[in-house]
Amino acid sequence: MIAAGPAIELVDVTRRFVTPDAKVMTALRDFSMTVKRGEFTCVVGPTGCGKSTTLNLVTGLARPNQGDVRLFGQPVTGISRDIGFVFQADALFPWRNVLDNVAAGPMFRGAGKAEAHDKARDWIARVGLSRFEKHYPHQLSGGMRKRVALAQTFINQPKILLLDEPFSALDIQTRTLMQDELLDLWSEAGASVIFVTHDLEEAIALADKVYVLTAGPATVKAVYTIDLPRPRVTAEIRYDPAFIDYARTIWGNLREEVQRSHNQASAAA
Amino acid sequence: MSVIGQTLDPPATLTSPSSLEIAARHASRRRRQVVITARLAILVVVLGGWELGTRLGLIDPFFFASPSGIADQVWTWVTEGTSQGPLWEQVVVTLEETLLGFFIGAVGGVVCGIVLGRNKLLADIFSTYIKVANSIPRVVLGSIFIIALGLGMASKVALAVVMVFFVVFANAFQGVREADRAMIANAQILGASSFQITRAVIIPSAMSWILASLHVSFGFALVGAVVGEFLGAKKGVGLLISTAQGSFNANGVFAAMVILAVLALVVEGIITIVENRLVKWRPVPFDGH
Repeated sequence: MIAAGPAIELVDVTRRFVTPDAKVMTALRDFSMTVKRGEFTCVVGPTGCGKSTTLNLVTGLARPNQGDVRLFGQPVTGISRDIGFVFQADALFPWRNVLDNVAAGPMFRGAGKAEAHDKARDWIARVGLSRFEKHYPHQLSGGMRKRVALAQTFINQPKILLLDEPFSALDIQTRTLMQDELLDLWSEAGASVIFVTHDLEEAIALADKVYVLTAGPATVKAVYTIDLPRPRVTAEIRYDPAFIDYARTIWGNLREEVQRSHNQASAAA
Repeated sequence: MSVIGQTLDPPATLTSPSSLEIAARHASRRRRQVVITARLAILVVVLGGWELGTRLGLIDPFFFASPSGIADQVWTWVTEGTSQGPLWEQVVVTLEETLLGFFIGAVGGVVCGIVLGRNKLLADIFSTYIKVANSIPRVVLGSIFIIALGLGMASKVALAVVMVFFVVFANAFQGVREADRAMIANAQILGASSFQITRAVIIPSAMSWILASLHVSFGFALVGAVVGEFLGAKKGVGLLISTAQGSFNANGVFAAMVILAVLALVVEGIITIVENRLVKWRPVPFDGH
């Protein structure tokens, strides 16, 4: 297939849900977004505004009610083999050790056990867990489990990488380490990324572009291009004057939406 | 209470880590000895009291048997055989019926539980009937099975199957439903087909539920087999019981009960070993002592 067009395109997408008590809820409205090849895009917005819905639309696990979702110019029809997804919750298989967890992707896709294990060992080494191949997830720390999850995702060599608040459950030091690790892996793999977070500083530290969403139903409020040099060290870039300027500007915009989302929630309660 | 007291006021001598460890080991050994001694004491008091009561004429051994009478009865059965032939033959027959019923019921329960758990429509259609079937006192079906399948092994196996099936089914179904959504989505995106998801995600995550149900349902299988024999059979421990009942032999009833208990404990032990092998990935539960 000769791929044409940007890596990910969402064009005027609307997505509604029918709640169990038969009420229609709009999660996304007239939402448009373009991710160029190799671009790192972050999506920030108030809690529960529909950020995760954008990712589900890209995977094909959810379908838009209106509008188009395209990957490399092709409409999304099912789960694409090019996609990797890192979840917020722990999605490792607790009954498999680290090696078998990382080897899961290639084996699901038809690779032999020996081949999958070889590949898995390589990726486990890249995230620095070679000594823990035979450990089960419950024997690892939260940060190590996230590393396994990254290896499990990257082993499939996804051209499109989706991350749904992947580091939100980690403590702040571990989170910074994982952000750097992710940037390393990404710069080697050259994937196109959508990274959903509610942490604005995380978004600025990682991204080429930051999308700010409105309170639900979500639509794009503003897009900022983050012109900070790469490679970045996330723990240090926070103190860069340019970083602080970005943070101040974007937060001014985001704060209104957070307030609005808060008021909506209070009104509903 | 004693444990709390120890942690609050450590004796002044316990300063180095190694002496703390030694003290902790001593304490845990002492505790284990107390538990074992107490267990033995209870056994002695209950059996001794029972025996003493019958000797003193407080308990009528004709109705309520006596430990020495039960032991005698077991010994007679072991050495001279029962009125229906050697004891081991009865045990083997009952065990065979129980195990057959257990396996068929368990496999059927697991398969149906997984199929219905994975298919929302089928689950919605059948859920009512399963609730109804589950609330029927299924032992009564034993009579039907005796009429339909005769006095041989088939009727007992059928009753054991029915007893086991619903317990395992309900657990397998629940286990499938509780499988983590994120984990399933993860497998899907990693490239798993529907069949691979069932095999690699659904079944392992339902396994804890299924194994828990196997513990309970082996007891049910045994009840099914024995009650079946009770209702009409040519061989088996259940028949021993009903024969003993017919001849007002209370010792015989209790002796058969002891034999069944030993049987159940042995198989329970085997199931636990198998379980520990299958779920070795599980975190070791935190042990309070």
